Amino acid sequence: MTWMALAEYLVNGFVMGTLYVLMAIGLSLIFGMIGVINFCHGILFTMGAYATVVLKDSLGFGPSLVVSPVLVGILGMLIEVIFLRRLYREDPVAGLLLTFGLAMVAEQLVRIIWGTSGLPYNIPQALTGPLPMGAFVYPKYRYFILVCAVAIIAGLWWFLEKTPYGMIIRAGSRDGEMVRILGISLRPIFTFVFGLGSALAAIAGVLMAPLAGVQPAMGTDVGTAAFVVVTIGGLGSFWGAVIAGILVGEVVSLSILVWPPIAQASMYILMAVVLLARPRGLLGERWEKFE
Amino acid sequence: MKSRGKTVRSGMSRRGFLKTVGVVGGAATLGGTRFLAPAIVHAQEPIRIGQIVPQTGFLATMGTYGSTGAKIAADEINEKGGVLGRKIQLIVEDETNPGVAVQKARKLIEKDKVHAITGIVSSASALAVGEVAQREKVLFINTGANSDEIRGAKCHRYVFSVEGSNTQYVSAIATWLLQQPKLKTWYFLTSDYAFGHDLLKVSQKLLQKAGRIQAGSELIPTGTADFSSYLLKVKAGKPDLVFQNLAGTDQTNFLKQFKEFGLDMEVAGGLVDTALVWPVGAEALAGHFPLLWWHELKIAGASDFVTKFKKLANDPPENQGWADYTAIKVLAEVIKKVNSTDSKALVKGLEGHRFDSLKGRELWFRDWDHQLMMPMYAVRTKKKNEMKDKWDIFEVISEVPAAGQPLDSIAISREESLCKMEPAD
Repeated sequence: MTWMALAEYLVNGFVMGTLYVLMAIGLSLIFGMIGVINFCHGILFTMGAYATVVLKDSLGFGPSLVVSPVLVGILGMLIEVIFLRRLYREDPVAGLLLTFGLAMVAEQLVRIIWGTSGLPYNIPQALTGPLPMGAFVYPKYRYFILVCAVAIIAGLWWFLEKTPYGMIIRAGSRDGEMVRILGISLRPIFTFVFGLGSALAAIAGVLMAPLAGVQPAMGTDVGTAAFVVVTIGGLGSFWGAVIAGILVGEVVSLSILVWPPIAQASMYILMAVVLLARPRGLLGERWEKFE
Repeated sequence: MKSRGKTVRSGMSRRGFLKTVGVVGGAATLGGTRFLAPAIVHAQEPIRIGQIVPQTGFLATMGTYGSTGAKIAADEINEKGGVLGRKIQLIVEDETNPGVAVQKARKLIEKDKVHAITGIVSSASALAVGEVAQREKVLFINTGANSDEIRGAKCHRYVFSVEGSNTQYVSAIATWLLQQPKLKTWYFLTSDYAFGHDLLKVSQKLLQKAGRIQAGSELIPTGTADFSSYLLKVKAGKPDLVFQNLAGTDQTNFLKQFKEFGLDMEVAGGLVDTALVWPVGAEALAGHFPLLWWHELKIAGASDFVTKFKKLANDPPENQGWADYTAIKVLAEVIKKVNSTDSKALVKGLEGHRFDSLKGRELWFRDWDHQLMMPMYAVRTKKKNEMKDKWDIFEVISEVPAAGQPLDSIAISREESLCKMEPAD
């Protein structure tokens, strides 16, 4: 195993990891802020991908990178306003069940509208093929995913850290009561955060679509992976989601190198190990019950 | 029921009439029209064929082409008045996975009272449905599952295969491979389920026969979207040839991502379905493969079939379209020949039947393993400037076995086969 070959695996794991990070941040924000475990995250990913395919002829790939997440973000906000909002006073399980039910309905709608076997979608012409950097050869499109994902994560960080709106979101996750007492209404913020989380899932879907085409069940595995990442990183933690996402991407990539049969289970084994050692997740808040 | 003192009419009262009709109707539905209905109703009753195809999951593409092929066959037959004066009725179900396929098979047999079942693409599901067919003594014509096992260790009296076996597929590409001495090291990529394992065994036998070396072998879970890590392994293994034994959309995604990673070694495989390669895109195509059927073959009747298919499906027919079309056609021919829909009679009829179905040679089912003996085709992918349209992606380099050679020379021999069929009843 040469250094070059190992570097290829690490880069590859990193790139796939960034997609997990995008999914996980959305999930984590929604949970941190609203307290809802969003089971329809996977289908929002799928809808982002389908939106890109549908817009292929009218807009092309580039604009759909912006338009698809916006459309899905709006859909997310509608879901929050119409359905989720009524359940905030109820048992937390209610929100979970609602999102679970919505996910099933949405997946079947996708099947009915676009067929059960999926639609092909190819990498845009300008981004096909490998990009050699010396002896290191890696596909152009995956570099593109890397650049996009890093840009989005950096943008999100700046938004949450440096803007007043971001500050309100962070404060609202930490202590909602206090924010309300300070005179800031959290209702529109909840709606916005759900929309933002949905948009993040959608953009992961848009980036994924050219790799393997789109099909109705494509969000299931990624959605489950997002939960694993959020659990490992710590519910509600931004950097936890980032670190855990990259970590999961690397673990899956390297397990295919070392012993492929374990690859699909590797992220769950990692999660089990992390939870046993540190139940709150890597960067999560303390859970008095378990520590 | 008490009479309320009113005059009771003699003879059959309305209630009594309704009761009788209800009983007869109910019994007819439960018992099957075979028992109670008079012969005249029987003659107009359609011939019900249960078609189980994948409509979801990584094999779903084949399901679409398969159902179109079957529909064209049924329509052609019905336009001519059906078989024995009866129309063909296809009842389509989704095969989903082996467990569900078995449930669907049972439902088709017990509830819909089908006279035969055709279809199935997943070898795992075909093995399961084959058991049901044998137990229920209902004919099952496998149109999409390639595992040797279905015609081998798990062969059954009531199961016939129109689809080629892995041995036939690999034999089709073997001639070309044996003529390439430069391809010394091979890397196998195999779908990790019944079909893949079976095909890997057959491919490794070929490797040995050809005196080549295995550079590596990976089992890849079905439905894998991202092949990057496996492609990196292939790159590290530096083989002369990548031998892909992948099924369904995994084949499509693999071929797409292969070119993306800048890999340029030869690609061959123990299987390809044209419909899975069309979405790959002309620039990404590479390789030599075995095919069951090819829509540009110059054979009488083929262009007619292709035209009808294109009208229904927007694409020309490929392996699966041909296989399901042939299954319905040959089933109708045999029903007419034995003048019955009884499964036992159909089994005997199929065993002795000689016919052609758009391959230009006489085809028949071997009586000891029920595998269709037929020619296969070795093809190479065309370069973009050689393609006359977006479907014209292959060029046939040879028909295997060549004209004049016996068709069973490419199938497994009786000595090597593990098939021990139940005795004819």
